Amino acid sequence: MLTSARIESLKRYWKSLKFAFYCATHPLDGYWDLTHEKRGTYAAANTILILTILSRILKLQHTSFVIDPIYWPDINIFLYIASILFPLGLWVLGNWALTTLFDGKGRLGQVYMATCYCMLPYPMVQIPLIFLSNVVTKEERQFYDVMGWISMIWVIFWIILAMQQIHEFSVGKNFLFTIGSLFAMLVIIFILLLFFSMISQGVAYFISVGKELLYRMS
Amino acid sequence: MKNICAKKLIKRISAFAASMVLLLGSSLVAHADAKYTYCYDYWGDVQDSPDAYEVIDVFDVLDLGLPELVDKVMGNVEVIEEVEEGEEGEEGEEETEEEEASEEENSEEGGSEGGEEGSEGGDSEGGEEGSEEGSTSGRKNQKADLRSKSISNTAASITVNGNFIYLCDSGNNRIIKIQRINREQFKAVDIFWKIGGNVKKNTFENPTDIQFDEDGNIYVADNGNERVVKMDSNWNYIMEFVKPNDSTMENVQDFLPNKIVVDTAGRIYCIADNVNDGLLKYEADGVFAGYVGATPVVYNFWDYVQKRFATQAQREKLVSFVPTEYSNIYMDHDGFIYACACNLKEEDLKSGSANAVRRLNLMGNDILIKNGNYPPYGDIYMGNGGPSQIVDVTAFDNDAYAMIDRRRGRIFVYDDQGRMLFAFGGKGNMKGYFKDGTISLSLDHMGYDLIAMDSSNASITVFTPTEYGNLIYTAMDQFDAGLYSESGETWQKIMDINGNYDLAYIGVGRALLRQEKYKEAMEYFELKYDDDNYSKAFKQYRKEWVEKHILAIFIVAFAVLIVPMIIGKIGKIKYEIDTADIFKF
Repeated sequence: MLTSARIESLKRYWKSLKFAFYCATHPLDGYWDLTHEKRGTYAAANTILILTILSRILKLQHTSFVIDPIYWPDINIFLYIASILFPLGLWVLGNWALTTLFDGKGRLGQVYMATCYCMLPYPMVQIPLIFLSNVVTKEERQFYDVMGWISMIWVIFWIILAMQQIHEFSVGKNFLFTIGSLFAMLVIIFILLLFFSMISQGVAYFISVGKELLYRMS
Repeated sequence: MKNICAKKLIKRISAFAASMVLLLGSSLVAHADAKYTYCYDYWGDVQDSPDAYEVIDVFDVLDLGLPELVDKVMGNVEVIEEVEEGEEGEEGEEETEEEEASEEENSEEGGSEGGEEGSEGGDSEGGEEGSEEGSTSGRKNQKADLRSKSISNTAASITVNGNFIYLCDSGNNRIIKIQRINREQFKAVDIFWKIGGNVKKNTFENPTDIQFDEDGNIYVADNGNERVVKMDSNWNYIMEFVKPNDSTMENVQDFLPNKIVVDTAGRIYCIADNVNDGLLKYEADGVFAGYVGATPVVYNFWDYVQKRFATQAQREKLVSFVPTEYSNIYMDHDGFIYACACNLKEEDLKSGSANAVRRLNLMGNDILIKNGNYPPYGDIYMGNGGPSQIVDVTAFDNDAYAMIDRRRGRIFVYDDQGRMLFAFGGKGNMKGYFKDGTISLSLDHMGYDLIAMDSSNASITVFTPTEYGNLIYTAMDQFDAGLYSESGETWQKIMDINGNYDLAYIGVGRALLRQEKYKEAMEYFELKYDDDNYSKAFKQYRKEWVEKHILAIFIVAFAVLIVPMIIGKIGKIKYEIDTADIFKF
């Protein structure tokens, strides 16, 4: 049943989703309002993330082979999806962990929300590009490449701007912490690797102890 | 109870099925490893191919009838041997057939390995050992013997001229002429060791290559005598090309011409040992005309940086950046020179900064077409052995070319677009394989038959295209002749034989493209990832489509762009009318 509260929340969701388009064209204004005026919602952020992943999968499947020949035996769809989610998670975690120590005003959820909002240009550009790829020849692929690069640069640049607004940083400080976040990502990867290798060794130890016991008893 | 029985049965059946799958699978894999012919697909995966060439036969010295020929030709000829010791020379002159056998036991000086080898059935190794002991000096480690009944294992090259194969028996200072009597019969018919006419040095020393011009004149790269000799068709001396009086040759001690080609104007191009400035070009009158087609110097960025910061002493120890020498040359029917090089680095070949084979025009520029998925450098997967060592190349009349790899004993055939048609061969002792540790392989062709010489046992292997190979050549020739639909049908037949063959699909597609069936052509190109041809077809298809639907496109554009504009305009006017003061009462 559509209660009035439900309709209200749906309206808010729709408005916050439309607000993403505003952010794509007015980054400074938009990302300030996103958290400070509470014009963004997690639901919209998740939607944009899903859209991004979807557009990436569509791109894999439907881009012309002239542009992007794919060796299907090597494709693992879960790894492919993780290739967005994993860097995103690392970025959000790394950025938050670092900025929260240095007067960053953004909370973990807000960093996530803003980053997701920043990814809107990717599906916005890439989905039309899928159609374009099927009507260009090899000689005309420069058009495609340029558009693709624009979408990537757009996203990356917007993420940097968004972080500045969310954490209320100055330009210089924001730049510094962008670099710092990248290092934080590396540190997280290192710790993860360390963690996994230690866990696996620990598990192997207990398995071998168990085996030894079984041999003794039999 | 019944239930348990059924379970057991199921278990048994499934176990049996699993073991069958394992058995069948392993046998299939084992079978696939033994494939002789293969090619690469778009991704560089090895695709087994039906055999495109089969071996007619392998001809060794006995098959060619060389011992009988030596007796016939050399038996009553006074051979002036160029040896230091006079005694040996006399011995050589006195030799007759009966004496040879008796001399075998007592003479170890190497004067008569011929008889020994003859009795051993053409195995040259025994002879070589004896000669190494016997020879006291000279730049060669093997004693030359014009009367040898085998071919020295340093035999340098074969050259096909019409129905004849000329084999440079370098180690024995002679050239053997072999006739192809019919498809399956080859016989040695003549031996040349002497130059007629007025010339001081009238024998060869280590002849490494022989070529012919259009008038039938003969050119021999007389390596040991530091010259290229030009003779008329009766082996009478005309002129010689010697070490150029050029500043670039000053630090080269010996002029050692190794491989030559002759163009229609009588100019010769020559690879000389230890000269890496390119091919030496001589005008027909013997004047040195400079170098042609030097390979570009290849070095990578880090080598360069290292060299910049190295001290003088360190720098001398580093490898200097010099162009690679060519290993062999071949002149095709258009007068372009195919030059191949071995000893190239894997990364240079893969990055395209070094070329295993080049096609040089008169200016020495590389005009080889490389439209293949991979540049023509032989094997893509090199493993620990390193890249293929291309030691000889030969080009067919349809601009397809074949090259032979010394490292793995394989022959690679490419089409005129630089796409690999197929590769076959290997190292081994069976027919169609080449000996392990061979010094040199030489390749030439007779029509579409490939003739390869393995110098380690001086045997000539004659390959002839199978039905499958012939179909490929036919399809290519039909396409070149403009018979597009026929070519398409032939490629279709090839596809029926080998469904994994990329070029068959592309061939059908190209035929369809020429017949202006763009849509079908696009499908074939897309299947095998041929983006160049796909783009060509698609461009035409797009043009046709736009022309056909021009009206619809206009209507849609009108609907999308103009209609909203008009609606907006009307709305605006309506709004203005509604809000205008004059209508307010």
